[in-house]
Amino acid sequence: MSAADVRDATRASSAIASAAHEVARARRARGRRRRTVIGVLVAAVVVVFVVSLMVGRTFYGPAEVLGVLLGHDVPGAGFTVGRLRLPRAVLAVAAGLCFGLGGVTFQTMLRNPLASPDIIGISSGASAAAAFAIITLSLDDAQVSAFAIVAGLAVAVLVYLLSKKGGVAGTRLVLIGIGIAAMLDSLTAYVLSGAAQWDLQEATRWLTGSLNGTSWPQVVPVLIALAVLTPVLLSQSRDLSVTQLGDDTASALGVRVDRTRLIVIVAAVGLISFATAACGPIAFVAFLSGPIAARIVGPNGSLLVPSALVGALLVLVADVVGQYALGTRFPVGVVTGVLGAPYLIYLIVRTNRAGGSL
Amino acid sequence: MTIDHTLEIEHLTLAYGDRVVVDDLDLVVPPGRMTAIVGANACGKSTLLRSMSRLLKPVSGRVVLDGSEVHRLPARQLARTLGLLPQSPVAPEGITVADLVGRGRHPHQGILSRWTTADDVAVAAALDATDTTVLADRAVDELSGGQRQRVWIAMALAQQTDLLLLDEPTTFLDVSHQIEVLDLLTDLNRSRGTTVVMVLHDLNLAARYADHLVAVAGGRVHAVGTPHEVLTEDCVRAVFGLDSRVITDPTTGSPMMLPLGRHHRAAAGA
Repeated sequence: MSAADVRDATRASSAIASAAHEVARARRARGRRRRTVIGVLVAAVVVVFVVSLMVGRTFYGPAEVLGVLLGHDVPGAGFTVGRLRLPRAVLAVAAGLCFGLGGVTFQTMLRNPLASPDIIGISSGASAAAAFAIITLSLDDAQVSAFAIVAGLAVAVLVYLLSKKGGVAGTRLVLIGIGIAAMLDSLTAYVLSGAAQWDLQEATRWLTGSLNGTSWPQVVPVLIALAVLTPVLLSQSRDLSVTQLGDDTASALGVRVDRTRLIVIVAAVGLISFATAACGPIAFVAFLSGPIAARIVGPNGSLLVPSALVGALLVLVADVVGQYALGTRFPVGVVTGVLGAPYLIYLIVRTNRAGGSL
Repeated sequence: MTIDHTLEIEHLTLAYGDRVVVDDLDLVVPPGRMTAIVGANACGKSTLLRSMSRLLKPVSGRVVLDGSEVHRLPARQLARTLGLLPQSPVAPEGITVADLVGRGRHPHQGILSRWTTADDVAVAAALDATDTTVLADRAVDELSGGQRQRVWIAMALAQQTDLLLLDEPTTFLDVSHQIEVLDLLTDLNRSRGTTVVMVLHDLNLAARYADHLVAVAGGRVHAVGTPHEVLTEDCVRAVFGLDSRVITDPTTGSPMMLPLGRHHRAAAGA
């Protein structure tokens, strides 16, 4: 090796060392941004959660709410906060987490913000099945959840099979999903109209989602689903982010694409279906959470956790607003629907302008 | 230098549905060399490359890496030895160059193991080798075609595999960027002993840069050997159905193909 070669080699290795520092710095900055966003979102969820326990026909202070949460016997607040507001707020958080996680999983996997489970019919399927199970068959909560998840998976398989043949899977899948969602929604309406105990409350729950009259037996299955399926999804999060590079690249990087996709679909559909069985398909939460999380986090790693938290925050805030801020009490799905519809229009307009590819 | 890996294809038949694309093909990839696969459109060359990195399961026959069939190896283990850059990889919206190149480290990381300094160094070395260090913080979607292709190659380099397969790495690039990419692959082959297998469209560039040429026609290997052995007028006619003159490249001494269209045959005296 000549002196010049040695010099070149030294220069190259010192250039790489300084570049490695740069790479590490940028990576740490990405991590910091993500952790900060997650921290702020957690704090926001906690604050809105406590506020939602405080406000209502009767106002209770933070001390009373905390007392109830700690299991103390607080006169008055014990019933209103503990039995009426707490299950509702817990379901708001749990369902929001489910919708946020399930939504962003589908959007990431299919590389398309429109391909969220509430747009492509999975929520509608779970909702129609839940409505049928409760209203027509009078089943209990566990059976309703089972019904919902089977229907959710069935719709996922159906949409996949129908959109599999022929070219652009993304656009086809979304359009087929929208069609199936419309059919399933009309099925829900049919179930509602055919039932003896048809009322407005039930109709809004199964068509747009509502937290009215939430009680603990409804909440428990959702919490169990979260406890079981969240770790499953998170364990796939790195593989999932690699599949974003396209199937061939992901496979070349050692990801078993089909296996990852199967696990992720079952887990995401499970979360969506359990939440839907409890409170209906709260409109657009699954659809909105991912893109909102992406905006705040930026391209700084997995969106699963931030999106789950955004979902929880959306449902909590929308429920508080729907109940107390608008004069009349609106179910939560009406409020999230008002938020989601303009974004849907925006996406479709943008898609048209970009030349038709979704 | 790296250990020489053997990559052999035995009686390989590949099909999409009922359509047979590669038919009973045998091929040995020479270790530590640059191999270029050439052939007409839809002759099965990309399909062959995909199957070599187990993206496509053979109907019959097998692809054998160091004595084991690639379709039976654990996915991550294979991905630590054999890398593939597909024809049209997708970059997620807004992803930065450093982040994308970092994805190349995926097969080296377990589910629980964290990112290490070795990963940072591998990414930095890949950026340095492809001359993309200055782009590290830029978003991939705002780069030019040539820069983007270098970044994708950097991702494949960060994977640190001893074998690297590339499906048309020079498509959509202008001539200077094509040369840049091929020079980079040559550097890699010479300095690290990486075995490079690439599908190329440009016969003259293939003849210039590859040690070993494989001409594929109708899902079979038509000719294989050094550029001098493979790139002949007869071979071009058989593989591409094109009349041509093959002369010696005055700069490198490698064979050079001049196509003869209907309007030029007379002038060439053919």
